[in-house]
Amino acid sequence: MSRTTSAASRFWRSIFVIARRDFGAILFSRSFVFFLLGPLFPVFVVAMAGGIGASVSGKISNPKLGIAMEAQEAKAFVSARDRLAQTVPNLPELVVIIELKPGEKVMARSMLDRAKEGSPVVALLSGSLASPTLTGAGGQIDAWRGPVSLIAAEARNPGAEAAPTVTLDKIVTARADSARKRIRTAQAAQTLLFLLTMLLAGMVMSNMVEEKANKIIEVLAAAVPMDAVFYGKLLAMLGISLVGLSVWGAVGLSIMLAGGQIPSFAPPAVGWPMFIMLGVTYFSFAYLLLGSLFLTIGGLAATVREVQTLSMPATMLQLLVFFVASYALGAMGEPIEWAAILFPLSSPFIMLARAAVSPDVMPHVLAIAYQAGCVALIIKGGSALFRRNVMKSGPAPMKKGLFRALLTPFAQAWSRSS
Amino acid sequence: MDMTKSPDPDQFQHGDDESAHTDLAIEARNLVKRFDGTIAVDGVDISVPAGSIFGILGPNGAGKTTTLRMLLGIIDPDSGTRRVLGSENPHAIAHRIGYLPEERGLYPAMKAVDAIAFVGALRGMPRADGRKRGRELLEEYGFGHIADRQIRQMSKGQAQTVQLLATLVHSPELVIFDEPFSGLDAISQGRLEKMMRGLAAGGTTVIFSTHVLAHAERLCERIAIIAGGKVPFHGLVSTARDRLPPQVHLETRHADGPWRSALPPGTEPQIRSTGGALFDFSLTGEVEPLLTALIEGGAGIEALSIERAGLHDAFVSIAGEAAARALEENGQEPT
Repeated sequence: MSRTTSAASRFWRSIFVIARRDFGAILFSRSFVFFLLGPLFPVFVVAMAGGIGASVSGKISNPKLGIAMEAQEAKAFVSARDRLAQTVPNLPELVVIIELKPGEKVMARSMLDRAKEGSPVVALLSGSLASPTLTGAGGQIDAWRGPVSLIAAEARNPGAEAAPTVTLDKIVTARADSARKRIRTAQAAQTLLFLLTMLLAGMVMSNMVEEKANKIIEVLAAAVPMDAVFYGKLLAMLGISLVGLSVWGAVGLSIMLAGGQIPSFAPPAVGWPMFIMLGVTYFSFAYLLLGSLFLTIGGLAATVREVQTLSMPATMLQLLVFFVASYALGAMGEPIEWAAILFPLSSPFIMLARAAVSPDVMPHVLAIAYQAGCVALIIKGGSALFRRNVMKSGPAPMKKGLFRALLTPFAQAWSRSS
Repeated sequence: MDMTKSPDPDQFQHGDDESAHTDLAIEARNLVKRFDGTIAVDGVDISVPAGSIFGILGPNGAGKTTTLRMLLGIIDPDSGTRRVLGSENPHAIAHRIGYLPEERGLYPAMKAVDAIAFVGALRGMPRADGRKRGRELLEEYGFGHIADRQIRQMSKGQAQTVQLLATLVHSPELVIFDEPFSGLDAISQGRLEKMMRGLAAGGTTVIFSTHVLAHAERLCERIAIIAGGKVPFHGLVSTARDRLPPQVHLETRHADGPWRSALPPGTEPQIRSTGGALFDFSLTGEVEPLLTALIEGGAGIEALSIERAGLHDAFVSIAGEAAARALEENGQEPT
């Protein structure tokens, strides 16, 4: 055993020992299988909901417009619709319900009322081509009013006012379009980052409970600095998260490749390789920033119940951070963007979005350094708080409540200053 | 906190000549720790010679654990200085220290040998070496058969032994035990005492806290008595005991005579039906003049015993009745 190692190497070795234990303990536990299967559950739920929704909506999908007109006019109307459909999309589908004899009238409302449940006919066109009447639910007939008028005009004068052919001159990327698409890429990246951190960072909150429950925390605290314990635990959970992401990513990509449905996004401003690298880095920092905060709060909690109670506000905090970052995306260069960059928790989100829309790399170097500093600060503060509140002997810690434990140092500092 | 100055022995209220011990494993000066405004440790001074067995005695809540935690760097003192194995930062020399906390704990899913290696790794020992040494220790102490058993599958005693061995796996120069006898049966306590003596014989400094005076009396040459966060005594066990005069129990054939003047003033006899008397008094001077006076004065000595004060009496004398009562209340367990 080396007894002459430097403080820095001892510190890193301590982190590694803690991280390795935690990583191994989680990776080789049965619950890790459920962790990996976790994202399947929402997919399953969405698929089930989609299936049920499709089954329900299938019965009322493709709402059709019933025709109740004189035979000749009904035929003309249907023909006109078919002609126009070649150039005009989304015209209503037609069903001839009844061909009237000249002078015959139809009671459209009562016909619709008598329609069988689940019938696709949701509106009825009656009257004449010169004066058509649409009967049906408000929203639907409002949407069909224009198309019906167009079809009726075509039916009355077939080809009379044929629309001129428009020549298309497509270019690969228009500047405005490219910027718009990059913002879409940025939004998608932000959303993915948010979903992943929300899914994974919350796990850290209960991380210290095991050590406190097993009373091994004192052995750790005596052997290594508490900062190293915090770093080790965070890195272990980050490692677990990256394993999870790799598995989920590989499975997801395989499914998409097999299905031939790979979503396409505009290339980000920094290019895909750099963007992916920054994505992993910003995920790591988003995770470390939120994780260090959650680890601190969770470390001060005395019981699993307290941790569970804290999960809801933690999720709300993440949502808030996401909303701030999303809002800032639409206000690039404005104070809100700077605020989002400087606020540690939202910084990775907005910076990843920035990578999608701006090609400058240097700001990312600075942002990553800044975020690393913030992680170090939060861990330093968190471990000090932990030592102050949890590692005291005598009465059981936290009897006075988590919030008091959090606020005591500030209250003491305040009383000293005043 | 200035921890760079060399220690000034005069600052300590030692019970012996501390200047004779230049090689100190631990020096702590005026350690103070408050929790939420309440003083847990109030100006504690401790110095522990290297290679000795040192006991910190006091009832629960006296400040023993807080003092040990400050010495280990688990918490920092609000004021005062500490120097452990010559270092002001205990974590910097963590590989030279072993610590068994009062509240024992291990990861339940770990195997015994892995748990020992893990604690060794925390203290800077390569994992493979820790596993190898862990197996050796388990074999040495008769627990080789549980080396590959998970902690959760062990009895409480087995798990405690594993943690104890984990404390020693990296061959520390200083071992700190916080209430090590707590929860152990009498046989295990005996084994632990033997182990502690063995460690000290090998040059390891052993510090332990206890509220059971018998352990300290059997094991320690030096102690610190801690009560109410303060250390009213610190030094040799013999010095603590010598603070009280020996108790003399005397039975004589005669109740009175010129020899009575050799007894301390105010010593009242219990007159026996045979005409003799019983005397109980503290020996304030030398024993030889007393014996001479009794013999030459014709007291007719039938029985005479001179008992040196025990550590319990010394504790009562030093820490006070209240602390002694608290100690007795805490110590309702086999010794």
